[in-house]
Amino acid sequence: MEDKLTSTRHRLHLMVCAGTACVSNRSFEIKEALEREIKKQGLAEEVLVVTTGCNGFCERGPLLVVQPGNIFYQQLTLKDIPHLVEEHFLKGRPVEKLMYKPPEGKKPIPVLNEIDFFKKQVLIALRNRGLIDPEKIEDYIARDGYQALVKALTQMTPEEIIEEIKKSGLRGRGGAGFPTGLKWEFVRLASTSNGGLKFVVCNGDEGDPGAFMDRSILEADPHSVIEGMVIGAKAIGAQQGYVYIRNEYPLALKRLTLALQEAREYGLLGENILGTGFNFDIKVARGAGAFVCGEETALLASIEGRLGEPRPRPPYPAQRGLYGHPTCINNVETWANVPVIVSRGADWFSKIGTKTSKGTKVFSLVGKINNTGLVEVPMGITLREIIFEIGGGIPGGKEFKAVQTGGPSGGCIPKEKLDLPIDYESLTEAGSMMGSGGMVVMDEDTCMVDVAKYFLSFTQDESCGKCTPCREGTKAMLDILDRITKGEGTEEDLQLLEDLAVSIKETALCGLGKTAPNPVLTTLRYFRDEYLTHIRDKKCPAHVCRDLNVYTIDEKTCLEVGHGCDVCRRNCVSEAIIGEKNQPHRIVQEKCIKCGVCYDVCKFGAVKVE
Amino acid sequence: MEAKVSEILQRYEPEQSSIIAILQDIQEAYGYLPREILAQVAEELNIPLSRVLSLATFFRAFSLKPKGKHPIHVCMGTACHVRGAQLVLEKFERELGIKTGETSEDLSFSLDAVRCVGCCGLAPVVMAGEEVHGKVSQMKVPGIIKKYKK
Ligand SMILES: Cc1cc2nc3c(=O)[nH]c(=O)nc-3n(C[C@H](O)[C@H](O)[C@H](O)COP(=O)(O)O)c2cc1C
Ligand code: SF4
Ligand code: SF4
Ligand code: FES
Ligand code: FES
Repeated sequence: MEDKLTSTRHRLHLMVCAGTACVSNRSFEIKEALEREIKKQGLAEEVLVVTTGCNGFCERGPLLVVQPGNIFYQQLTLKDIPHLVEEHFLKGRPVEKLMYKPPEGKKPIPVLNEIDFFKKQVLIALRNRGLIDPEKIEDYIARDGYQALVKALTQMTPEEIIEEIKKSGLRGRGGAGFPTGLKWEFVRLASTSNGGLKFVVCNGDEGDPGAFMDRSILEADPHSVIEGMVIGAKAIGAQQGYVYIRNEYPLALKRLTLALQEAREYGLLGENILGTGFNFDIKVARGAGAFVCGEETALLASIEGRLGEPRPRPPYPAQRGLYGHPTCINNVETWANVPVIVSRGADWFSKIGTKTSKGTKVFSLVGKINNTGLVEVPMGITLREIIFEIGGGIPGGKEFKAVQTGGPSGGCIPKEKLDLPIDYESLTEAGSMMGSGGMVVMDEDTCMVDVAKYFLSFTQDESCGKCTPCREGTKAMLDILDRITKGEGTEEDLQLLEDLAVSIKETALCGLGKTAPNPVLTTLRYFRDEYLTHIRDKKCPAHVCRDLNVYTIDEKTCLEVGHGCDVCRRNCVSEAIIGEKNQPHRIVQEKCIKCGVCYDVCKFGAVKVE
Repeated sequence: MEAKVSEILQRYEPEQSSIIAILQDIQEAYGYLPREILAQVAEELNIPLSRVLSLATFFRAFSLKPKGKHPIHVCMGTACHVRGAQLVLEKFERELGIKTGETSEDLSFSLDAVRCVGCCGLAPVVMAGEEVHGKVSQMKVPGIIKKYKK
């Protein structure tokens, strides 16, 4: 694979990560420093610096991967560069101290695919990650890009394309997991009484707050989405496509716009694509920061320039979509899978995964976990493998408590279910859902009542307000949760929460409202004890619900171990701490705003929280 | 009409589907949506001002009030929440002397909460203008503010 890239005249390719996280860690300065040093050492003819999209291991950024050889350097700083260039690229001696070291082991691991985080991953949607410059169509083509398009347009009928996608078992990666081939067939067969128009749309709204796989695909490999969409358009008979991009993603917008332009210049988009007489073009629509616009009918309304409010389905967009025409909406990751299925075949694809869920899924693995980042894994892998093998477990020797999947529509899965092989069905059965791929790991310091409250306040805030159950029902639930986290809840409140949850699920208009109670229901199902501790003992075991916390200073420790260091008093914004240097300190409870700063700054463990 | 506005209008077809993109460009150019400009846009696209205003209030990306020279966005996405973003946000409120959603009187800072900026690996995350600050703790807040002051 790597051979194609390095077959050019350069001896080494330095792939500098330019995903959003690495850019914020100054990877462009690293790139410039590399180029400067390389020139200085007279290596410009032999060593080429390339920028790539996100490698997934953002926490270790800024990253650099050296090809050929897949040598992985991490957490680079500007002052590492001269040494690195001289040692590795001039003298051929890789620099160990800039390599990844696993948490327990001492020996650094030089090669990317031998690092636990990467080892178990199977890359389909992210097949080009770290290997191409997303701003160069030539790089995509060099890795067999647009081969699938050639095949679909010159050797396959639309029916054959749809048949292949159906056979592959591909299901939507944006939430509900609807079979993609079947959706395409609906749109192909939909009658087009008014004008014969049909549309394809790519949903890149990525509303789950804490997930960034779609962003990463658009930034790292925009052509994979474009290629998928052109193939889809051919299959259903569409003339125009739209990509709807979340407002907070400027880099994705820039790279996609550039990629569309390049594709047009290469005759892969626009009129008479590849000389086959097929016409299809793609426009970009920017989201404007409303979660509900990820819902397909709201999304279409917002492309038309109307308020992004959902409408009842049916009719589904496949029958009546954009401007009333049949429209096929798929998620970014769904589209990115399409070219691989067309070129490698449905049989190959359907061998990966479980009975009902084929292929891979990209997850955004975040929260209380050692290796945060993006991972692509085969369906059927267990939560334990993802969290403890790929993710490297929980930091600071803390205990795993739960993992939240599916974002605000999903739920929390407890440790008894760690060996669950994950697919659409098993997650739903556990009370959660696949969703778009958010996976937030929680440890003993996470309060499950607070998590439920967090998600509910998110959906409450994002409810478009069109229907009463969603608008008022979530508000009522939130009020109850608020009371519980303040120590004012009663045991009857739990029953009330459950009743409200069930009625909202049954009566809300769109998926936002229908799924909003899920985080509350799953935490009640698996962590009822924690709710009861808040209610009966007026305590938050994880010390997250601040109204229930009491901060005190152990005067003995403060005097004898810390010698009254005074750091807490100087850092307390509320002047709640009294005491002089070298004397024991004390907190005046009436003044304390429970910010926890004293607890964090005391190096001697004298500050206690209960 | 101001040259800046007519230049923005020229980028798009004068039809309803362009309205959100136009509002976005105006928001970017002015830092908010000035009312008199919205009136011009409504007239130009031939849609009622009330509709333009309802779009401007529905979508979170738009603001009808001016923002600070240094807009601070504290991420309140899930990954940031479980790593203590609430405390960071409150620290900003105290240090800047404004509440979330407000702008300081001298228009130097504004403070907002956002939902995930896609750098979850660096949680908790704060954006100051275009610049991303990762792994922010309460203790780092005064330093971030100092960097942009003056
Ligand atoms: C409230 C709500 C938010 C949604 N947000 C997204 C989103 O951010 N991205 C996405 O792809 N699908 C989202 N969906 C699902 C879409 O409505 C639609 O089912 C999906 O884009 C179809 O693509 P797929 O079949 O490829 O998954 C959301 C649904 C609801 C109800
Ligand atoms: S369920 Fe909520 S978001 Fe969906 S339509 Fe109703 S009010 Fe709007
Ligand atoms: S928790 Fe905050 S307000 Fe209370 S004493 Fe400690 S530093 Fe002061
Ligand atoms: S941005 Fe560099 S690894 Fe994600
Ligand atoms: S949750 Fe804060 S950056 Fe994603």
